[in-house]
Amino acid sequence: MTAVEVAGIGLHPFGRFEGATVTDLGVAAVRAALVEAGVARGGFQAAFCGTAYGGVATGHKVLGALGMTGMPIVDIEAGCASGAAALMLGSNAVRAGQYDTVVVFGVEKMPRGIIRSSFFDAWQEEAGFAATPAYFGLRAQRFMRASGVTKDHLAAVVVKNRRHGVHNPDAMFRSEVEADAVLSSRVVCEPLHLWMLCSPNEGAAAVVLRRKDATTGDGGVGGIEVAAAVLRSHLPGAVLSESTPLAGLTDDTLPTPTTLAADDAYEMAGLGPRELDVVECQDTDAARELMSYEELRLCPPAGAAEMLDAGVTSVGGRLPVNPSGGLLSKGEPLGASALGQVVELVRQLRGEAGDRQVHGARVGLAHTVGRGANAGVVVLRRS
Amino acid sequence: MSAPVPVTVGLFTGTDPPRLLGGRCTACGHHHFPRHDICPYCASDATEAAELSADGRLWAWTAVTHPPPGYKGSVPFGFGVVELPEGIRIVTRLTESDPGRLRVDQPVHLVLDRLHVDDEGRDVVVYAFAPDEPSS
Repeated sequence: MTAVEVAGIGLHPFGRFEGATVTDLGVAAVRAALVEAGVARGGFQAAFCGTAYGGVATGHKVLGALGMTGMPIVDIEAGCASGAAALMLGSNAVRAGQYDTVVVFGVEKMPRGIIRSSFFDAWQEEAGFAATPAYFGLRAQRFMRASGVTKDHLAAVVVKNRRHGVHNPDAMFRSEVEADAVLSSRVVCEPLHLWMLCSPNEGAAAVVLRRKDATTGDGGVGGIEVAAAVLRSHLPGAVLSESTPLAGLTDDTLPTPTTLAADDAYEMAGLGPRELDVVECQDTDAARELMSYEELRLCPPAGAAEMLDAGVTSVGGRLPVNPSGGLLSKGEPLGASALGQVVELVRQLRGEAGDRQVHGARVGLAHTVGRGANAGVVVLRRS
Repeated sequence: MSAPVPVTVGLFTGTDPPRLLGGRCTACGHHHFPRHDICPYCASDATEAAELSADGRLWAWTAVTHPPPGYKGSVPFGFGVVELPEGIRIVTRLTESDPGRLRVDQPVHLVLDRLHVDDEGRDVVVYAFAPDEPSS
């Protein structure tokens, strides 16, 4: 099979941008990625756009604004993993030899407040079942019961990620926070306090992918290979699964969508969690990050608290998690989120991450998971 | 005075006590909720209607402190998961909205909870679980 490399990256910072349309954000990110890759109009054969709230033909609008249409443009919704789904399709198409060069991007302008989702039936909204943070809180409670994680650990995740985010000029929140302040922010859904939850926001991210031996491009940075890009959904049965069912079974041994995706990605990349140097994971809420340590097999069951306490997952530790500051610092523009992680990993693997650089990083993993369920796991490797 | 109306049809009965309208798959034996023609766990179409137990135990709980999108009731309200003896866990409202007054495995039972009053002056109700013993 053909190897796939990242020829260029582009990012529109994550935050709130009054007056900018979702198309504007996408144009900024895609143009930057194309420029870095040295790819001009006519230089790519397909485009894949992830978005959840962008609406009909979002990708077409972005590429139309750039004067670059005619190729297949695929708009993809996969919740929090929309960008990962786009990356899976784009990279697999190149890997299979269908295209030499593709553009993969994600864009979003999120509504403010608790996210309204067309996922829920009218009666569920009327009866209060569309309370997304409540599901996070229930999941956090069960996870804490099973793993020994305390509220202090949840606060420590926020402190860590916000500390990392100080050094990320593209993040929304760039100030450190104290654990006491996290724990005294208002309770949204017990055990989760406001500062333990990420903010929905706006942003865009893009990558140009190219067949590793492609001679069609006239430049680009290269050197970073997409070793795996996997999307999985849920197996039925887990009541607090991201599939958000109304009921589930009492079997607690089902693998989660994240573990399904991670195992596939490790197999595809031909490596395991011990080979990873840096991870960007889904920290929609602080407990979600610690659950991800287990689900991605970064630690043994019930080992997340110890891993966090030992500083393993801080920049400077053995396996930094969310050196970008994570969603807790960047905010979460659903469609752009996964590709924002990929852009961060490319910067890390190139050694271009400035004061948040994970020194000597060669292999990175990006993880997103959300409603569907959709779980995306991407592994990048420096050639 | 008009009779209460359910927030949606087909999920629960208006009997005393109320019951949740689920199903059971005769191929894999699992119960499900709400009622499906096709088993969500094994994809068999050998399913039959089954009213679920009105008594269960609390498995997870929280409280919703701000009105979620489209919600027509009051806050805070309790929200959680209750495990029924059929081997099924139900996502549900809880009548207790103070998480500190609930404990894991606490016995709970099904009730109908008033969400709001509709334009015709009728109570709109939804299923919820209430603690068997008054909270201490």
